[in-house]
Amino acid sequence: MEKKKKGFLSEYTGSRMRRNEARTGLLFVLPWIIGFLVFTLYPIGSSLYYSLCNYKVVGAPKFIGLDNYRNLFKDRIFIQACKNTAYMILIGVPVTTLTAIAMSIMLNNKKLRGTSWMRVIFFIPTLVPTVVGCLLWIWVMQPESGLVNTFLGYIGIKGPGWLSSPTWAKPAFILMMIWTCGNAIIIYLAGLQDISPALYDAAEVDGANFLQQSIHISVPLLRPTILYNMVTLIIGVFQWFTEPYIMTEGGPSNATMFYSLYLYQNAFSFFKMGYASAQAWIMLLVAMIIIIVMFKVFRFGETEMG
Amino acid sequence: MKGKISGYQIRTALKLGLLYLVLFAFAMAFILPFFFLLTGSFKTSSDLFHVPFRWLPSKFTFDNYKQVFTKIPFFRYLKNTLIIVVFNMIGALISNSLIGYGFARLRWPGRDKVFMIVIATMILPYQVTLIPLYIMYTKVKWVGTFLPLIVPGFFGNAFFIFLMRQFLVGIPREITESARIDGANEFRIFWQLIMPISKPVLATVAIMSFMNSWKDFLGPLVFLGSDKLYTLSLAASMLRSNLNPNWELLLALGVVMVLPVLILFFVLQKYFIQGITMSGIKG
Repeated sequence: MEKKKKGFLSEYTGSRMRRNEARTGLLFVLPWIIGFLVFTLYPIGSSLYYSLCNYKVVGAPKFIGLDNYRNLFKDRIFIQACKNTAYMILIGVPVTTLTAIAMSIMLNNKKLRGTSWMRVIFFIPTLVPTVVGCLLWIWVMQPESGLVNTFLGYIGIKGPGWLSSPTWAKPAFILMMIWTCGNAIIIYLAGLQDISPALYDAAEVDGANFLQQSIHISVPLLRPTILYNMVTLIIGVFQWFTEPYIMTEGGPSNATMFYSLYLYQNAFSFFKMGYASAQAWIMLLVAMIIIIVMFKVFRFGETEMG
Repeated sequence: MKGKISGYQIRTALKLGLLYLVLFAFAMAFILPFFFLLTGSFKTSSDLFHVPFRWLPSKFTFDNYKQVFTKIPFFRYLKNTLIIVVFNMIGALISNSLIGYGFARLRWPGRDKVFMIVIATMILPYQVTLIPLYIMYTKVKWVGTFLPLIVPGFFGNAFFIFLMRQFLVGIPREITESARIDGANEFRIFWQLIMPISKPVLATVAIMSFMNSWKDFLGPLVFLGSDKLYTLSLAASMLRSNLNPNWELLLALGVVMVLPVLILFFVLQKYFIQGITMSGIKG
C-alpha cells in the first residue's frame, strides 16, 4: 500500500474500493475463520498439549513430558495396531487401487456396450451406511453359510473362518475395501475420459493391444488421479474405525486391531486422553510423511516423462 | 484375405466377450451382498441360519419388518437421524455458499494462502481434533445433546468450500460487474444473482451433506451417549453388539436404512457423481 502513493487520487479511490472488497470478502469467509479457530486450530493445539500430559478427563491434565510417546513404543498392542495398519497400507491399498484401475479401464473400453448399469452397481456399495455394510459383511464372511465360502464350496475349496481367523481377517477387510471402491472408479473414469482418443488410435495403428495401451497410455496419464485416490485411501486406512469396531472389535487376538480403533479404545474406553492424543499425533506425522513421499515419487515420474 | 479379416473379427469379438464376462462377474460380486440383504430380510431365523446357505427364503415373512417398527423405537431413531441430517444440510448450504463466494469472487490479501489452509485441513485426520473437541464439549455440557453433531456444520466444511469455490470461479465476471457498478451491495449480488445460478453445486453439497450425516457413526457414538438420542446407525450397532443379536430384525433395519439413499441416488444420480468427479479433478 505504501508504495502506491504516486497516482494519488485514482489510486486512493482504487484502494478504497479494494479495501471495501477485502472487508466484504473477509466477512463472507468469517464463518470458516471462526470454525477453523474453534473446531480445528484450538483442538490441534490442545491435542499436542494433552499428548504430553497424563489426562483422564476428571481432574486437570498433568504434564509428563514425552512419557506417553515412550510408553506407546513399549505397548505391545500399539505395535500390533501399527503392524496391522501397515499391512493394510502396503497390501490393501495397492490391491484396491489396482482393482479399481483395472475395472475402470475395462469399463472405459469404447467398443464395449451396455456397461452403464455396471457403473451404477459398482457405485452403489459406497451409498450404504457403513454400519449396514458391516452387518452385511459379517454375513458375507460367515464361515459356514456366508456367500464367499458358499461360492468357494461350489468350486471345491473349503473357505477359511475369515473374520474369526487371525490370518484371514485382514484379507476379509481388504475384500470389503474393494467392495467400496466405487468412488475411486468414478474418479478414474473421469480421468480416463480426459485422455485424448488420438493417443489410443495411434497406438492401435502401431499394433499395441488393449493391455499394452492400458499400461503405456492410460496408467501413466492417470498418475495424478492415482495419487489422489491412493492418498485418500491411505488416510482412510489410518482412520479406519467403524468396520473393525462393529465386525471384530479388534479380534481375533488383535489381528484387526487397527490404529484408530486402538486410539478410540484408549480415549473412550480407558479414558487415557493424553495417551490417545499422543497416538493421534504420531498418526498425523506418519500420515504427512507418507503423503509427502508419495507426492515426491509421483512428481518424480512426471518430470521423467518430460 | 477374407478369411483373415473374419478371423480378426472373431478374435476381437471373443476378446470383448471375455472383457464383458469379467466385468459381469465383478458386477455380480458387488451386487450379491444386496441380494443377500434383501432376501435375508424376508427370511425366518431358521432359514437365515440354515447351513448350507439358502438362496431364497423357504417361507417369506414380513415379521422382521414388523419387528423393526414395533420392537425397537424405530421412529425415534429416525427422528433423531433426521434432526441431525436436516440441520447439517441447512448449515452446509448457508455456510459453504457464503464462504465459497468469499474465496471465489472477492479479492482480499492473503486469500489464496488461506485457501491452501482450507485444502490442507481436508487431509487432517479427525482423530487429532476428536479428543480435544470431546473435552471441550464436555465442559460446555454439549455431550449428550445433538449440538456437537450440528453446530460445526454451520462453520463450513473444507470439501464443500472447495466444491463451491470451483463452481463460483467459473461464473463470468461480467454477470456481477454491472450490478456492482450500479451500487448493489455484495450480499445482494450473492443472493439474487449468484445463488440462483448455483443450484447444481448447491444440490451436490446438499446431497453429500445428507450422505455424510446419514452414514455417520463415530460422531453419534462419541457424542450422543443416551439411548434417547441414538441415530439409526448407532442403534443398529448397539443391537448388533447384544449378546444374542436379533439378526432378522437387523437385516430388515438394514434394508430400511439403505432404501432411502438408493431412491435418492436413482433420482439425483447426476449430483452424486458430480461431487465425486469434482473432488478428483484437483488431483
